[in-house]
Amino acid sequence: MNALVAWFDSMATNVFILPAVLVILFLALVPLFLSLYVSLTRLSFGQGSFVLTFVGLDNYAKLLVGIDHVHFLGLWADPSPIGWLVLGLVILAFAWWLIRYVRGGEFAVGGLVGRIVVASVVTVLVWIMVQTIANSGRPGTVGVTLIYVFVDMFFQYMIGLGLAMLCIQHIPGRRFFRVVFLLPMMITPVGVAYTFRMLADTYKGPFYPVWIALGLGGTSWADNAWGARIAVMVGDIWQWTPFMFIVLLAALESQSIEEVEAAVVDGANQWQIFWSITLPSILPVSTTLILIRMIEAFKIIDLPNVLTNGGPGTATESMSLHAYTLWRVLDVGGSAAIAYMLLILVTFSAMSFVNLVRTRAQAVI
Amino acid sequence: MTLFRPRYRSINTPAPLGMVLTYIILGIWAFVVLFPLYWLVVTSVKLPLDVNRGPVYIPFVDFQPSPHAWIYIFTDLRNDTVRPYINTVVVSLTSTALALTMGGAAAYALTRFTYRPKLGTILTFLACALLAFVALFFGVPWQLAVVAAIAVFILLLQTIAKRFKRSMGNNDIAFWMISQRILPPVAVVIPIYLIYQRLGLLDTWAALIITYVAANLPIVVWLMRDYFQTIPLELEECAAIDGASRYRTFWSIVLPLSLPGLVATFLFVLVFAWNEYLFALFLTGANSQTLPLTIAAQNATRGPQWWYMSVLILIMIIPVIAMAIILERYIARGLLVGAIKG
Repeated sequence: MNALVAWFDSMATNVFILPAVLVILFLALVPLFLSLYVSLTRLSFGQGSFVLTFVGLDNYAKLLVGIDHVHFLGLWADPSPIGWLVLGLVILAFAWWLIRYVRGGEFAVGGLVGRIVVASVVTVLVWIMVQTIANSGRPGTVGVTLIYVFVDMFFQYMIGLGLAMLCIQHIPGRRFFRVVFLLPMMITPVGVAYTFRMLADTYKGPFYPVWIALGLGGTSWADNAWGARIAVMVGDIWQWTPFMFIVLLAALESQSIEEVEAAVVDGANQWQIFWSITLPSILPVSTTLILIRMIEAFKIIDLPNVLTNGGPGTATESMSLHAYTLWRVLDVGGSAAIAYMLLILVTFSAMSFVNLVRTRAQAVI
Repeated sequence: MTLFRPRYRSINTPAPLGMVLTYIILGIWAFVVLFPLYWLVVTSVKLPLDVNRGPVYIPFVDFQPSPHAWIYIFTDLRNDTVRPYINTVVVSLTSTALALTMGGAAAYALTRFTYRPKLGTILTFLACALLAFVALFFGVPWQLAVVAAIAVFILLLQTIAKRFKRSMGNNDIAFWMISQRILPPVAVVIPIYLIYQRLGLLDTWAALIITYVAANLPIVVWLMRDYFQTIPLELEECAAIDGASRYRTFWSIVLPLSLPGLVATFLFVLVFAWNEYLFALFLTGANSQTLPLTIAAQNATRGPQWWYMSVLILIMIIPVIAMAIILERYIARGLLVGAIKG
């Protein structure tokens, strides 16, 4: 008996970690490989069940250059002058960045290759966005997803930071505000979507007088591509700002006050204190926060599905939703192909963000 | 004159003008947050006529409130409301408890023990697991597939796997676990659906519980790893000298000390499992349907039935909001530690 207990104790290292490893392995990693295989096949119905026929890269080709590429990548159009300007600026910025790296102190071939990859991929994405956002173009699901991610993150961070900065002041009732501001994060996204659908209704919703005053009384935002997108983005921002708020609040509360006091004694005004002391001190937390939120934001599906069902046409369809609709019509190969491209996009964004921005920011402190 | 004074421990109220501005802005956002919730409550007591004829805001003034929606949901549809509710509660609590146990143990192990898994072992294990699943796909009964895979694994382990000497460390394991969060659910849900179908697990509690545990383990590991790193080793060494086993040390010493982190992680994971929609959509049927699906199902052929939907959304969010209010002070601390250490 004692030997058994002793053996069990010596196996502690394995007992602690194996369950978690096995669960993740079997339910995340293995299905990933199976999904890769499914993305290279086409589903059809055979005798008594279904058959997966291997078709190679057909599903990917269909999405990128084939009949679905307008849905996925968007409708090309000549970019507007602003579009050309943005593209030019992005290319110039990346060129300057690469040259600075080559000329800089620590130069490594791996680093250069990584930076070139990042620069080219981002330039391609900007090229896609600029082509499709032009007036006669139409963004595909990739473009829409990117719009959602970056616009939402920007507003969530700004609003969260503003609210956090206001809430750290010792004013009566700040506990109330802290609790209230936390609430939207707790609601199921489906519930948020339906609530916002109710609220944004231009005929029966509570803002009807506002719409009338703005002259939009008879219209419906659901008919307009950008109106629908804005509705989805508003819902997403409403729901996830608390996440940024609560973490930034905790970060701001934990910064040391000696520096701030010293700065005040030296005569710094409020803006200088914010820019030179507060911002650098929350920079590491901010980058981690943005990383977490960015990873989650790419997966957005509940809001576009429920609020607009993909929008007028496919205007608000995110990549996850696109994969879901393909699954609904039993095109599991295409669905898996989109899911994989979303995975590649998210991994690429996360890795480049971690390697290029976050390590730099962590080193600030 | 400064509008806001920087934050002091002693003098930290802003100048009066700053205070007024602060309250205005905070009040605006509080209104933005609370108005949709108010609208939900109000809509749940409106008659269909009141909902459709235009916006009416205040009960008893603009319209007569009527509890018809609440009565319908709780009596006429009693079983169809209670069953998803019970499903949600059971699935969320069970999967959160399991995720915390497994994830906490794994996080503790990653901070205290040193692992050096060999790359060869990992790859052969992966290959054998894949083999087992493919066999499952093709209809082989799962008992046979598992036994065969284990046999092949042991065989390969003795021969080929020993060749690859390269091994990974604790940080690699932690990074791998946490990076599973990047996985979009749509990428893995199809194979999981097919596997559960072969195993006969579709439309059961077990399917959702296992899936939610797998989806939430990365968060648990991420957050708890940092908490465990803050617990000094000396305490555990004392316990070891006194003869406590590893399990005893973990259970009696480390866990109570990391209670704030545990509470924050518990709430976070519970909220995630409570609100989850995609996996529930794919993997459940009529028996194990959870509340988010019931809400989405109120979108009937005559248009969404806002009154019923409001009632359902309210009964779904009230427990979570109550928990959030009670446990609010833990959440910030828990999330912050994970964010700072990264």
